[in-house]
Amino acid sequence: MDTASGSASNPHASDDPSLAHSAWGDRIFRALLVLAALTAPALLVALLWQLIHGAAPAIDAFGFSFITDSVWNPVAEKFGALPLVFGTLLTSFLALLPAVPLSLGVAIYLTEFAPEIIRSPVAMVIELLAAIPSVVYGLWGIFVLIPILKASVYPFLQAHLGFLPIFQGPIYGPSILSASLILTIMVMPFIMSVAREVLLAVPGAQREAAMALGATRWEAVTTAIVPYARSGIIGAVILGLGRAIGETMAVTMLIGNRNDISASLFAPGYSMAAVIANEFNEAGFGSLHSAALTYVALLLFAVTVLVNGGARLLIWRMNRGSGQ
Amino acid sequence: MVSRVMVGVMVAAVVVAVLPLILILGSLIVRGASALTLDFFTKLPAPVGQPGGGVRHAIVGTLMIVGTAALAGVPFGIAAGVYCSEFKGSRLATITRFVADVLNGTPSIVVGVFAWTSIVATQKHFSALAGSAALAILMLPMVMRTTEELLNLVPISLREAALALGYSRWRTTLTIVLRTALPGIVTGSLLAVARISGETAPLLFTALGSQYLSYNIDQPMAALPLVVFTYATGPFEEWHQLAWTAALVLIIVVLVLSIIARIVTRQRFGRNV
Repeated sequence: MDTASGSASNPHASDDPSLAHSAWGDRIFRALLVLAALTAPALLVALLWQLIHGAAPAIDAFGFSFITDSVWNPVAEKFGALPLVFGTLLTSFLALLPAVPLSLGVAIYLTEFAPEIIRSPVAMVIELLAAIPSVVYGLWGIFVLIPILKASVYPFLQAHLGFLPIFQGPIYGPSILSASLILTIMVMPFIMSVAREVLLAVPGAQREAAMALGATRWEAVTTAIVPYARSGIIGAVILGLGRAIGETMAVTMLIGNRNDISASLFAPGYSMAAVIANEFNEAGFGSLHSAALTYVALLLFAVTVLVNGGARLLIWRMNRGSGQ
Repeated sequence: MVSRVMVGVMVAAVVVAVLPLILILGSLIVRGASALTLDFFTKLPAPVGQPGGGVRHAIVGTLMIVGTAALAGVPFGIAAGVYCSEFKGSRLATITRFVADVLNGTPSIVVGVFAWTSIVATQKHFSALAGSAALAILMLPMVMRTTEELLNLVPISLREAALALGYSRWRTTLTIVLRTALPGIVTGSLLAVARISGETAPLLFTALGSQYLSYNIDQPMAALPLVVFTYATGPFEEWHQLAWTAALVLIIVVLVLSIIARIVTRQRFGRNV
């Protein structure tokens, strides 16, 4: 890295001025790059500091009871985030239920079974789904998905599974279930593409060994490939969970924005990201309301950092080849 | 037998997975294309109750906000990526890489709150510039990781040849290594621009949105994704129409940029970025 000594010992250094300057050029170049590389860590520190600083009045006022209290009243300056946390976790969990098997099925099919010519096009189409802006999913959800769900799917569920408390009560269009379904569509391509990369990283010898022992292709998948890629696949699912937790626009447009905990999935709810999206521009500068919203953002940030950190660790471990 | 059944199940999964893209694109075209006229690009919104009108203010706004964000996000992203690739083993590179992953997984609304507390709340007014700052932060890790991955694909022999010819390290990096990877980096940056131009959440309480045409980056400004959100959740039929058409325009821009980026990188580097 340091060429200063290299050019000094070069007997021709004095003949060629450009070489003599190169050591300085390298130093300046490196210094500039270091500055650029420092921006990301500096931004992260600033982000964390600003969130903590901004949330401080709310942290002082409510402490940890913020997460267990369910009253959110900006006028009375009482803030509890329980229904928000509940809505975020419930919609994310419900979204993953169908998204995980679907996306893993697609990923396994594309890496192990699909004819060569359709692999890339299908993968590309699914990755284009990941490029669609969240607000467009929201728009489509409001005007296309919800009318269909409300007219046929929800009444059907209520008629046949109505004995379950989660399918009881009046049917609203915007609801926990509607938000969960749009989240399913949104996180699926994401899980699919990470899982696909993980499966592609499984050594071919793994599959060949299983098949040499007489396994069918499906048996090779279940006995040799998936177990090898297990931690990477779990990592992909957790990354998808991180996405679902932080997803804002589509959820805001479909969840119904009612600060309530209800047993019915047909009832409207609220999420952490949605409350920030809806209320932040009305919260006054320096008000307790904006501090409480910043507190919610801080919690959201902490959760996604934990979730993503864990997922990266799992994927990294698998790529290192331990596989277990 | 089990294999066959499972393949059938997986093909069904592929169909279910691809279906939303077709449905979404289909409804965007059906509902949005009819209002995709010249007026849409050149006029301002008509008063409530009157049909027609366009979203010129939002198109100008998106170009300015995203352009400003790219002006900051792309150079810093590329430089940080060059650092991580050139000084791979250094501690700073490891930290930066990890931090980039963390930032990449951070919800965009949280970055929006950061822009609000650090810029909007200190200036005491909403501004498009705060929105650009948030978008630049979202771009940075994307551009950085793409740059790093592409630089790592440049054959070491190219670098060695340049060094052997007496090129200094910085000239080797700039004129040989970076140049070789440049087409990929350009398309990777395009992809990042495509992704952030659809971002709505970080603009809600920074750029805020506006009904008027504005070129002042220090003031609230309209943007296409904000138009989709406000008009879709508003009560008027004309608004819904504008929302659909704005979404169609947005998606055309995003998809065209993404497809170009993917095709170019795949052709040149035989892999996805």
